Amino acid sequence: MLVFLLRRLTQSVFVLIAMMVVVFFGVYMIGNPVDILISPDATPAEIDETMARFGFDQPVYIQFLKFVGNALQGDLGRSFVHGESAVSLILSYMPATLELALLGLIFSIAIGVPLGVYAGYKADRWQGRAIMTGSIFGFSLPNFWVGMLLILIFAVELQWLPSTGRGDTVEVLGLRLSIFTADGFQHMILPALTLALYKASLVTRLARAGTQEALMQDYVKFARAKGLSETRILVVHVLKNIMIPIITVLGLELGSMIAFAVVTETVFAWPGMGKLLIDSILTLDRPVIVAYLMMTVIIFIVINLIVDLVYTLLDPRVRVKGSTA
Amino acid sequence: MTSPVIRRVAILAMAAALPALPLAAQELRIGLASEPSSADPHFHNLGPNNQLRRNVFESLVGTDEAQQLTPLLAESWEPVSETSWQFNLRSDVTFSDGSPFDAHDVVYTVCRIPGVPDSPSLFTTYTGGITGMEVVDPHTLIVHSAESYPLMPTEFSTFGIISARANGVDGSALTFSTEGCGDDMPVPATQAFNDGTAAIGTGPFLLESFRRGEGIELVRNPDYWGEAAPWERVTMLPLTSEGPRVAALIAGDVDFVENPPLQDLERLRADDDLRVVQGISNRVIYIHLDHAQVPSPMITGTDGANPLQDIRVREALTIAVNRDAIVERIMGGVAVSAGELLPPGMFGAHVEGDLPPRGFDAERAQALLAEAGYPNGFGITIGTPNDRYINDAQVAQAVAQMWARIGVDTEIDASTASTFFSRRNAFEFSAYLAGWGAGTGEMSSPLRALLATRNSDLGLGGTNRGQYSNPEMDEILLEALRTVDDDAREGLLRQASRMAMDDYAIIPLHYEVTPWAMRASIDYSPRADQYTLPYAIRPVE
Repeated sequence: MLVFLLRRLTQSVFVLIAMMVVVFFGVYMIGNPVDILISPDATPAEIDETMARFGFDQPVYIQFLKFVGNALQGDLGRSFVHGESAVSLILSYMPATLELALLGLIFSIAIGVPLGVYAGYKADRWQGRAIMTGSIFGFSLPNFWVGMLLILIFAVELQWLPSTGRGDTVEVLGLRLSIFTADGFQHMILPALTLALYKASLVTRLARAGTQEALMQDYVKFARAKGLSETRILVVHVLKNIMIPIITVLGLELGSMIAFAVVTETVFAWPGMGKLLIDSILTLDRPVIVAYLMMTVIIFIVINLIVDLVYTLLDPRVRVKGSTA
Repeated sequence: MTSPVIRRVAILAMAAALPALPLAAQELRIGLASEPSSADPHFHNLGPNNQLRRNVFESLVGTDEAQQLTPLLAESWEPVSETSWQFNLRSDVTFSDGSPFDAHDVVYTVCRIPGVPDSPSLFTTYTGGITGMEVVDPHTLIVHSAESYPLMPTEFSTFGIISARANGVDGSALTFSTEGCGDDMPVPATQAFNDGTAAIGTGPFLLESFRRGEGIELVRNPDYWGEAAPWERVTMLPLTSEGPRVAALIAGDVDFVENPPLQDLERLRADDDLRVVQGISNRVIYIHLDHAQVPSPMITGTDGANPLQDIRVREALTIAVNRDAIVERIMGGVAVSAGELLPPGMFGAHVEGDLPPRGFDAERAQALLAEAGYPNGFGITIGTPNDRYINDAQVAQAVAQMWARIGVDTEIDASTASTFFSRRNAFEFSAYLAGWGAGTGEMSSPLRALLATRNSDLGLGGTNRGQYSNPEMDEILLEALRTVDDDAREGLLRQASRMAMDDYAIIPLHYEVTPWAMRASIDYSPRADQYTLPYAIRPVE
């Protein structure tokens, strides 16, 4: 286990370094942040002064070495736009994203698993086919369109749910969260649904395939012979056995939900990290972009690790192997 | 059971007993098109920040809808010598912490401005010309400059005043110097404005919270010296994508939105519950031409010559553009064809009809090209941003087609603003489309930035990326910048503008018109500076 962890960590460090180099030079090549940030009224002397203050007058390799030097001391720089530490800026946007991703995850399981199991159970009947056809929409409809459509239906026409923003928030363990207030939760429903739709289709398909396979297994036949109800067979016995692939995929998808909910967050003006990223790219806020992507890499590494650990809980066979290794 | 009649009477009686404004009308929710980067009034000289600043921190001089100067914290001002202005300050103003406002606060503010750490765009643009500040008495301030400085009152309208006392400074002990006012002068950190502790101003609103991405909350300043704001509470939500912003208005999640997209205006106008207002802005959309580089980048078919140096070619390109068609078809009528760089009615612009937009004449354009030695035209590329101005890339596309009609083979190089401006500033284009908003509201602003010969020492030609140079016009412009007398200055600015237009130095296309959309129960007067100012948004009687 320890060797496994160490190997993972070494790999991660290399990924981080490679990412840092690529993003730093990539953003550098796009353009000069001062060109967009400074007031058009500024005099040429002021432009030069601002360039010097941010260090943009230095050759790029010196800027990079300075950045690396500071990064090694744990300082990823200050946002050019906000004048605040990039990391604390990202952290301040993080709770909104995490709660949205979490609710999205719950929605996708709540929608996807029952539909998938049912579709697997009724695989050759019209119900199963209808669900499968429906899931194609979930895959193929673009996120922003789904978001706009949900806004149009539930906010503009029916006026049931708010269209935008975060609503009331409440402080829980030092984090400001919407999910625990009624108003905040209402604000979360549409964006979380948008985020969940694709994943739910994915889960539906996985659950269907898993169910179909499990239904042919001996233990299901045995359970049927024993006279257990079909519901009990599906919910207790089949469900347990199909969860492994679902958890694996959802684990990885959670990472992308956290890191790249950009489109959904933009459509719903949800003040999460994805929106910060897109705003930072538009203003070439290099420290924030680099810090953000480095944190993303870390998030993915951590989630992968957690997924591996959850396996051992769900699958006794892995647990046995893990303890003897 | 009470009868319906009695109930109705009772409701009427209750309504009569209520104050003029119903409770619901006391709260206003606004959808912003772009978000301020900070609540610190001196951190970032940028439209969204300056718009927020005006609600909380007032300046000495105000500006009205048409950008004319109005008294604000200063009741009046006048030049007292060739190089100094006297500001007479109001004596009945207090900051929101209760401390009185006086001339020392102005000195303190000007002292703080150059030293804001990590600022991406300082306000020194407006304070750099100040060489001395003299507090005659607490409500009389004389400001000196090295040279005559007619724009000083205008520039004093651009930055908000913060309190010396609230930041632990004894104002009367402070002396202004261009070298700084003492390194040990305590100044609030930008963070202190964002979290509200230093957000102490004289404005009609108090900053209750500033949360990035989530919104800004303002509450009415109960002790405001002027007319009380019509709203008890204002929430400003950053809704930066167009579609969702409009959806939020229609869904009733906000009461007012900035910049609804052109394609939605018709639908919004058709809705009886909504109101759309629009007004001409101080922003001109133009195409600048490369006057200096030989050969000029991305020009083909001229054997290395730069055809844009020939006035006949520039005239041909100017009259080949059908401005009215662009305004009608690309801008949906929400723009005004431009004949110079500032719309009629603003200071230094010609009176309506005096310098009209150049008429469209493709035949004459072709003849001019032939005369200039390009009977078969040449090839050129227009650089344009595609996410900065209203329909910017489409406008460039239309111009390209119009130029192609007279034989100039035109391509479009559209990119996102961050890339475009860096490339433009590196002189990578022979022709580029961009916009200029006259922050000061007078003609000197576009002339100085876009057409004056580039000169770092004089601060001229900062955005003259076509490198146009006309010493004669420079002379008149500099003369105008020294002339304190308004009438004389306006005459000089008009003269300079006409001279540049007659030289076809730049191709003005149109002035942007700014739309706002809101519930029918409120109203707003459009502003040339494109600002959304909640205290000027009024409930309809």
